[in-house]
Amino acid sequence: MEPLLRMVNINKTFGEVKALHDVNFEVGRNEVVGLLGDNGAGKSTLIKIVTGYYKPDHGGEVYWKGERRGRFTVSEARDLGIETVYQERALADQQPVWRNIFMGREITRRGGVLDVAQMRAVTARLMQEHMGFTSSAIAPDSPVKTFSGGERQGVAITRALHFEAELIILDEPTMGLSIAETRKVLEFVNNIKRAGKSCIFIDHNTFHVYQAADRIVVVDRGTIAGQFMKNQLTLDELVESLYRLAQTGTLDQPSSRAQANEVAPNDH
Amino acid sequence: MTTKPQAASHSGDRTVEMSPLARWMRRNALQIGIFFIAILIWLVFVIFANGAFLSAPIYNSFMSTTPFFALMALPLTLLVIAKDIDLSFPSIMAWGMVLYSTVFALTGSTFLGLLACLAAGILAGWLNGWIVVKVGIPSLVATLGTSFFWAGVVLVLQSGSGRSLVAAKGSVIDIALTGRIEIGQVQIPMQFVWTIIIAVVMWLLLNRHRFGAHVYLVGDNQESARLMGVNADRVRIMCFVLVGMVAAFAGLVQSLELSYFWPTMGQGGGTLLQTLASVFLGGTSVFGGTGTIFGTFVGAFIIGSINAGVVAMNISGFWTQLVYGLIIVVSVGLQTVLSRRLR
Repeated sequence: MEPLLRMVNINKTFGEVKALHDVNFEVGRNEVVGLLGDNGAGKSTLIKIVTGYYKPDHGGEVYWKGERRGRFTVSEARDLGIETVYQERALADQQPVWRNIFMGREITRRGGVLDVAQMRAVTARLMQEHMGFTSSAIAPDSPVKTFSGGERQGVAITRALHFEAELIILDEPTMGLSIAETRKVLEFVNNIKRAGKSCIFIDHNTFHVYQAADRIVVVDRGTIAGQFMKNQLTLDELVESLYRLAQTGTLDQPSSRAQANEVAPNDH
Repeated sequence: MTTKPQAASHSGDRTVEMSPLARWMRRNALQIGIFFIAILIWLVFVIFANGAFLSAPIYNSFMSTTPFFALMALPLTLLVIAKDIDLSFPSIMAWGMVLYSTVFALTGSTFLGLLACLAAGILAGWLNGWIVVKVGIPSLVATLGTSFFWAGVVLVLQSGSGRSLVAAKGSVIDIALTGRIEIGQVQIPMQFVWTIIIAVVMWLLLNRHRFGAHVYLVGDNQESARLMGVNADRVRIMCFVLVGMVAAFAGLVQSLELSYFWPTMGQGGGTLLQTLASVFLGGTSVFGGTGTIFGTFVGAFIIGSINAGVVAMNISGFWTQLVYGLIIVVSVGLQTVLSRRLR
């Protein structure tokens, strides 16, 4: 079976800066892919191409379920089933929860007329079932800016979940969160896996990525420096090779694990 | 209203309960506030204006003149919520009139004149939006430029002279836009009815249509709106188009009321400042993301009543601007303090 997402020869240039250079990247069905890399390595650029926010340079190819996709917008990507939880926690602070949940995908009747009652009702249900807000002090009409960091991340994650995405992208979801909130996020990644969906998990924290991912892809200076199946190396070995990458600029390893670079994403 | 939600680190910790009424009041505090300010000012006029505010003529008068700027303040509210500004609408009023009077002179049809006028407004609004969004000039600067530009276009095309609109007197358009509905002593001017109609349309657009939802999102956090697939460019351009279209309409209303098209209409700053004051007095934030049509509507009529009220109180008209200034600064100050405490 074709992988869920396959990207071939992706380049992205901003002015004179080459952010991505001949990147080949794929996500299998029901696979959690951890994306590791330093600041500015190109992780965010790569996923913003997946989400339709950036257009790749000419020549790159993107396949969704084996079907070639030309230029697509964010709305079109969301219609395909790609949802993203951004590190900036892309929320509109002064707006109520329900407007944030349905941001860009409002429930409308004919002619674009909003179905406000239904959006409020769905939000109230989601808040109880998924976000764990039980107090009546917090209603679907509460502005998001009164929420804590974890609660805001909860809103962003619930949004991704609600639209039944097939591929959920988490861009640094644990940044600035408390330990308990971080654990919740990792649990959420496990739930994605259990629900049979796929996930791209981006984080600075090697430990978190190792915990959550089936396969780990290392991005360095705009290229894929290498990838590992989790069951092929220990956390210590992963940290060791990342360190070597930072030192030497290459992931080449003296050990026999070098061929892990060519490993295919697992399909099951 | 003393129930402030605690910033809890775990969800479910919030034990403070609020009644639905308290929550509604909190959510609409600014609108309730501006409404009471309006009542307060009205009471002051009723008590101190020697009975002028107890009879119909003064209301007839300011129902007929307030729409000249109240009309434009309504779509301008959407634009300000989307975190943009327009300074060019007073010039667009006159630009629309150039096309109206030209088409009317050619065809003799007030209806075709109206269409040409609206088209001129849409074009000017779209141009503003295009310059701001696609070229990337901040709206304050871009519309300052187009303001001079359209004012100049009008003067050049008119060679500085005005046009009598007496020929349009009694036409369907004239009656529909500036006629009077008489109910006893009260004469309701059609421009007041149009102000209400446009207020309702703008309210529906802002609160019950996807476009309005996107206006709030773009003004609050344009980047996240884009990331979530909102076409921010289109939303912003549409807001400029709405302001331009209604500005041209307001120009026609004002000219028909006076039966004369002054090429310098809207110049001199009065229209510009009263319109902007209505929006900000109504509680719309210049930082984007918040604002209401109701607030702007009430704000416009507060501004409109001050002029009439100050004169009726037998105070010299020289005081009008001073009172404007005080009321704007004090009430916007109150709103700022209020919203900081409530949220």
